[in-house]
Amino acid sequence: MSAGWVVAIVLAIGALAYFFAAQRARVQRDGTDRAKEVPHSLPTYHGWLAFIFATVPALLVYLVVSSVSAGLLDSRIRSEVTAHIADPAAASLSIGIVRNASNALTQLDLSGPNVPTSYAALRDMAKSAGITLADSGEDYMVPLAAGVNADAGVHKLIGQGLTLLLSLAGAAFAYSRIRLRLRARNQVERVVLCSLLGASTVAILTTVGIILSMLGETIHFFSEVDPLTFFFGTVWDPRFAAAGSSGSEGQFGLIPLLMGTLYIALVSMLFAVPVGLMAAVYMGEYASNRVRSTVKPLLELLAGIPTIVYGIFAVVTLGPFFRDLSAALAGGFSFIQAQSVFTAGIVMGVMLIPVVSSLSDDVITAVPRAMRDGSLALGATRSETIRKVILPAALPGIVGALLLTASRAIGETMIVVLAAGVAARINFNPFEAMTTITVKIVNQLTGDLEFNSPQTLVAFALGLTLFTLTLGMNVYALYIVRKYREQYE
Amino acid sequence: MSLESAATIAAPVSRPNAPPKMQGEKVGVFYGEKQALFDVDLKIEQFNVTSLIGPSGCGKSTFLRSLNRMNDTIDGCRVVGKITLDHDDIYDPAIDVVELRARVGMVFQKPNPFPKSIYENVAYGPKIHGIARNKADLDEIVHSSLRRAGLWNEVKDRLQEPGTGLSGGQQQRLCIARAIATKPEVLLMDEPCSALDPIATAVIEELIDELRENFTIVIVTHSMQQAARVSQKTAFFHLGKLIEEGKTEDIFTNPKNKQTQDYITGRIG
Repeated sequence: MSAGWVVAIVLAIGALAYFFAAQRARVQRDGTDRAKEVPHSLPTYHGWLAFIFATVPALLVYLVVSSVSAGLLDSRIRSEVTAHIADPAAASLSIGIVRNASNALTQLDLSGPNVPTSYAALRDMAKSAGITLADSGEDYMVPLAAGVNADAGVHKLIGQGLTLLLSLAGAAFAYSRIRLRLRARNQVERVVLCSLLGASTVAILTTVGIILSMLGETIHFFSEVDPLTFFFGTVWDPRFAAAGSSGSEGQFGLIPLLMGTLYIALVSMLFAVPVGLMAAVYMGEYASNRVRSTVKPLLELLAGIPTIVYGIFAVVTLGPFFRDLSAALAGGFSFIQAQSVFTAGIVMGVMLIPVVSSLSDDVITAVPRAMRDGSLALGATRSETIRKVILPAALPGIVGALLLTASRAIGETMIVVLAAGVAARINFNPFEAMTTITVKIVNQLTGDLEFNSPQTLVAFALGLTLFTLTLGMNVYALYIVRKYREQYE
Repeated sequence: MSLESAATIAAPVSRPNAPPKMQGEKVGVFYGEKQALFDVDLKIEQFNVTSLIGPSGCGKSTFLRSLNRMNDTIDGCRVVGKITLDHDDIYDPAIDVVELRARVGMVFQKPNPFPKSIYENVAYGPKIHGIARNKADLDEIVHSSLRRAGLWNEVKDRLQEPGTGLSGGQQQRLCIARAIATKPEVLLMDEPCSALDPIATAVIEELIDELRENFTIVIVTHSMQQAARVSQKTAFFHLGKLIEEGKTEDIFTNPKNKQTQDYITGRIG
């Protein structure tokens, strides 16, 4: 019986429980003398309560048993394989082979004499069934895979049996408990409240999960590479080695990547901030309603373009254009390379304009009308009002908006992958190629890799660094924006 | 300084032959298609307090805001008729609205100090109009404006603190100081006490009476007692029309119009 069936049966039991519980509550309700006793909840609430009792605990137990079973099987494979192979890198490879073998066994016809005794025999059987297995398996893996499958069968039986029993027991319990004065309504409300709370914590828990998973791999990375050489190293040269061998030493200096990231972000902000701010001032203060209602959505449309499209634009159009332009300006020698900090920064700046203008526009229009009127009534012009009253009043909010924008620029990936180049070096000429943290994460993780060498694990350290950087900026931005709001409330 | 010298030439309250400081002739105001004000003829006498009274939505604030063209800031608002300041048509294209507003200052219903220091709030107008020649001059204008607004003793030790940190009544007096710092000729006040408690209201009313020596004041108020206390002339608006205007004591003791009488005795409004 598959998991889908189990869930379907539990839901069916729940539906029946709903129906019978509501029915019973209705009968009790109709048969009562309201002068003596007033029924507490409507029959539908009794129904929902029975449904909840029949489904929620059963499904939770099913989930727990399944995950415990997966953990048990995993540790059994791991312990038996490491008994045969000491080297951790090779062991992790073999663990994968055993998993595939046990997967294959479940799909083969194993009646009577068909049980394979050697790995080679298993591989041939699998091949004839259309399943490809690795060549390098050994014979001890076959009984192990079969044993794991047997265990899995037992676990499954326990889990499903327990689930169905619990579902029935929950339904019966809820049914037996129905009384006129049972506060079914309040109990259902409480369950709804819990599920709402659960929904709102999903995002937070996911964030914590992301941090923890990255933290684990990062610690693994730092066990092989000294954190000091990572954070303060000036040379990025990871030197890819074949998977499984960790012989060659790479150099993992963060500084060139960090500098590239910040440099490109700086160029993009230098472009996006003035343009975006002026756009926001125009939208918020000068534009008539008709212009505003057309231009603002158009500008925000820019924010909806996938960033890879900007990247393609940079590589195909803008990069060559700048290169040719610089060649024409300098008389033959193109001092702007096709992939450069400048190109990537400008294109990213275009992407950021709607972010800056939209966030700043919100902040500017949030300045109370009384401020504008007060200044205009003193005989100030509109631009004096904007420069001397509105922008200073909106400044903390604008700074917050710019910090949010900057963290977008730092975390941006696709534009820089295409437009900035991959050369990790320390460089102050904006017309040459540099690379960013995000580009290197993509590079290090491209291809079919095992996460056991520093060459791949470094991606997690880079990711965590980036995460910390942008998280810090976002938290600070939110702090500033919140502080600003208090002034007018 | 002109503020001080103006104090010495304070005019008597009633000067029947003096020309009006401002005058509206057949003033009408439209918000889009809707007409909010109809054919208002009203003279604003110099160095007098003129109060505009009437029930909500009667057009008194609309008329006030057309005197310094603050209605221009509202989308779709249109003013017809003629309004003059010292015989100059203020809606003439040759008039710079920025200059006009420097001559006709305004204090709003809700105190609206800028989120700047007390000093900067008052110095704002003189700075943008280049009234002060140097820092000492500016200091002098700020100090005398605060003194005239009756706020000096309360804030003299904390001029660099934010103006938004003052109490409501102090904030309103700060806004008055800010308005008179640009040395306007006319001061418009749009229900300046409606957001204040009775004590702060009494302080402001006293101040209005003192400011009359140097400024021509037009005040919109909901409170008939206030109009009777502070103004020499009163104009009663109803449903966008000017119903009756005249000396305050005449309007309140001997109204000619039935509607005016109904309003001041509390039967309408």
